Amino acid sequence: MNAEIRHIKTSAETGLAQEFAAARAKLPGQGAVAALRDTAFARFDAKGLPHRRVEEWKYTDLRALMRDARPLAPAPDQAGKARAAKAGQLMSDVDVCRIVFADGVLVPELSDLVGLEPGLSIRSMAQALGSADPLVARHLGQVFPSDDAALALNTALMGDGALIEISDGATMSRPIHLVFATVSETPVAIFPRSLVVIGKGARATLIESHEGPDAVGHQCNAALELIVADGAEVEHIKLTTGASETLHISTLMASLGADVRFNSFAFTTGLAVVRNQVFLRFDGAGTKAGIRGASLLRGKQHADTTLVIDHAQGGCESRELFKSVLDDEARGVFQGKIIVRQHAQKTDGKMMANALLLSDDAEADSKPELEIFADDVVCGHGSTVGALNEDLRFYLMARGVPKHEAESLLIQAFVGEAVEFVADEIVRDALMEAAVRWLAERG
Amino acid sequence: MAAVQETVEQVRLIDVDQYKYGFETVIESDKAPKGLDESTVRFISAKKGEPEWMLAWRLEAFKRWQTMREPTWARVEYPAIDYQDLYYYSAPKKNPALKSLDEVDPEILATYAKLGIPLREQEMLAGVVREDGSVPSRVAVDAVFDSVSVATTFKAELMKSGVIFMPISEALREYPDLVKQYLGTVVPVTDNFFATLNSAVFSDGSFVYVPPGVRCPMELSTYFRINEKNTGQFERTLIIADKGSYVSYLEGCTAPMRDENQLHAAVVELIALDDAEIKYSTVQNWYPGDSEGKGGIFNFVTKRGDCRGKNSKISWTQVETGSAITWKYPSCILRGDNSRGEFYSIAISNGRQQVDSGTKMIHLGKNTTSRVISKGIAAGKSQNTYRGQISTHRKATNARNFTNCDSLLIGDQCGAHTVPYMEAKNSSTMFEHEATTSKISEDTLFYCQQRGLSAEDAVALVVNGFVKDVLQQLPMEFAVEAQKLIAISLEGSVG
Repeated sequence: MNAEIRHIKTSAETGLAQEFAAARAKLPGQGAVAALRDTAFARFDAKGLPHRRVEEWKYTDLRALMRDARPLAPAPDQAGKARAAKAGQLMSDVDVCRIVFADGVLVPELSDLVGLEPGLSIRSMAQALGSADPLVARHLGQVFPSDDAALALNTALMGDGALIEISDGATMSRPIHLVFATVSETPVAIFPRSLVVIGKGARATLIESHEGPDAVGHQCNAALELIVADGAEVEHIKLTTGASETLHISTLMASLGADVRFNSFAFTTGLAVVRNQVFLRFDGAGTKAGIRGASLLRGKQHADTTLVIDHAQGGCESRELFKSVLDDEARGVFQGKIIVRQHAQKTDGKMMANALLLSDDAEADSKPELEIFADDVVCGHGSTVGALNEDLRFYLMARGVPKHEAESLLIQAFVGEAVEFVADEIVRDALMEAAVRWLAERG
Repeated sequence: MAAVQETVEQVRLIDVDQYKYGFETVIESDKAPKGLDESTVRFISAKKGEPEWMLAWRLEAFKRWQTMREPTWARVEYPAIDYQDLYYYSAPKKNPALKSLDEVDPEILATYAKLGIPLREQEMLAGVVREDGSVPSRVAVDAVFDSVSVATTFKAELMKSGVIFMPISEALREYPDLVKQYLGTVVPVTDNFFATLNSAVFSDGSFVYVPPGVRCPMELSTYFRINEKNTGQFERTLIIADKGSYVSYLEGCTAPMRDENQLHAAVVELIALDDAEIKYSTVQNWYPGDSEGKGGIFNFVTKRGDCRGKNSKISWTQVETGSAITWKYPSCILRGDNSRGEFYSIAISNGRQQVDSGTKMIHLGKNTTSRVISKGIAAGKSQNTYRGQISTHRKATNARNFTNCDSLLIGDQCGAHTVPYMEAKNSSTMFEHEATTSKISEDTLFYCQQRGLSAEDAVALVVNGFVKDVLQQLPMEFAVEAQKLIAISLEGSVG
């Protein structure tokens, strides 16, 4: 059937509308920010929750996965803050500038906000929204205009987040680690929104980690806008961990200037439903970007990586590599789209998605797209789905490696092919350790 | 750079004036009144002298169609089609009582002669050697002119081996049970907007049944020709390869050049039972419209094969050079264990053509394999999209797929797009997919030119190499024709 029938609102959609109506006056920001929220909500309301008939959400049907809307999180209490203090353990070996958010709210007493490196400024997004900050006015919602319904929902309900500015030429010696911990013991919804503006020729590493407590079904819809000016070098790591029942949607919007070196890596082992959206645009020539990731999933976990890589300017190079390891009844989704605009000649784009199925009930869906309007380009994509190679396993077992260990080694190697692109050695080791721990739990 | 500049220039200059099948034949025809309602469906059914169940089937489809909307997901843009402004049935007059080819309107025969289609079976049966020394090939042809089949050759000889090859309208009268058993079982009446429309108003097409264990003694072929103004062509092809049989089938399509767009919405169903094999090849050369995108055929086709039996195999090969809009996804349902599906495609777009084509391989049985090779060449201001889906069912153990789709861009005004979907629900699945997009490398051109080839010849050489994988899959008679067609389509850019 091709007939489109306007659906009856689901209870989640009605719930969200009620939340928005109730919270509208209390949410930070007036004037332009309030107007931005209203238009965003109207856009969401018109579209409803994305479902499988919406091409970009084909494999992640939010209408089915999000049965009802959780209430907006109240400010965290002391117990909550104490739990947040323990979050972000995965990066415990790395010397970082740590910024902690409990239930989406910046907790200054847990964050390294004083004595920041020269050229670095970190502020609370909620405060910036409330005080009509010029940086917010200039960039918020402008980095990658999109009519994505989940993003619209974040814009409508955005609470706190980080507003980071790195001045031209500044080099950050420590990675900036944004720790988003959901700590409430009852299910809540959080909508963190961050904006990072990196100046010309600056160098920085940005780590985002999202985690939640076990067995509480939170809803997190986070968005990060990133502007990288000409000649800057930026490394972005996103960690999604924890064994919770949380539904997590995250949108990274990035605009890259000329001659930028940008690497993003998404590492996912946790949460029940994860959707990582990356919308990236090349706004200057000579830029190289690597968008990579690895997810290790088990149980009934569902992780979706959706990329839109827009080569709006020529002479840029993009590399995408995603690895997913799927056990039990887990489902891994990869949707990647490389767009090459008509004048973006000399574009070089390569996209690869590999899925490893460890169980008969696991499912991998992959949709690598190319949309090319320029002729002088080299673009390619590849995608594979398969089980562990019997021959390799046999080879190892023939040399006395027990079956389970042999499999672990092969899976490590598989994930390692993507992790090795993480530039920071300590971060890389931490990620590999996390992968090894995941394998040890495999039993 | 000069060579490329020249190529781009040439491509811009190419006009579809080179479409050599754009003539119109003046023949009196018998048409249904313009527009579509229940009476049109009844009219077509009555014209064909169809059994009662067939009329009910059509009416059911028509009822369903009225509730459906035209799909919009493909990357094609075209003005809205007014379905009431079309003739749904057009037949050359004096058709019913044809006993031999001699009674066919000489105008029609002349048309087919112009198309170079060997209809004259007498000549072939007599083993005539032409003046130029060539021996006419032995291909059985079913020629479909507008809405009806005008001539089917070699029928008697095929009958000897038990192969039924006839217009589907005739099959409905002569073998109603056989048709009833299989019609609509691969592409159900409710499948999609265009297939449902076809189910309601299809007028003719070919029917092939190959009995168990028979290897069809010759290639079967159908030529489709839209001649009348404002007519839609809705043909329906049904091919059944019974256990252990083999058949190779070819189709070719042409139409006159006209300013307005014409609609072609066909349905092809293939059924391969145990150990059977069907090879289906298409050379599609409908009128593509002029260089400004005026006119041309809207080609909305549903083609699907069902590997119903064990060890069965269905292979689609297509060379797409025509049509203003192509919307076509020949698919395979790999239901039988150890069955195999193949899809080889060359899609060439020039001028303002828009192609959205690809395949679906649905792995349901155990140890099923599929292979997809798609080569898209975009030139001029055209848009060329590959859209394909490979999926495995939970119980389809050891499914294998290899997909390769390459695109070549000639000029900077065109677009090439790839939209593959891979859905694996079984851990023993092995899917491999690769796609590349590029232009012809300067180095390659330079290398060829350095060895004395002209720029045009060099491009031709590279393009021929690019599509070779697919051309090899075509039956010999067609490969030559297809190669010529590719040259015509890209004339100016490939020489």
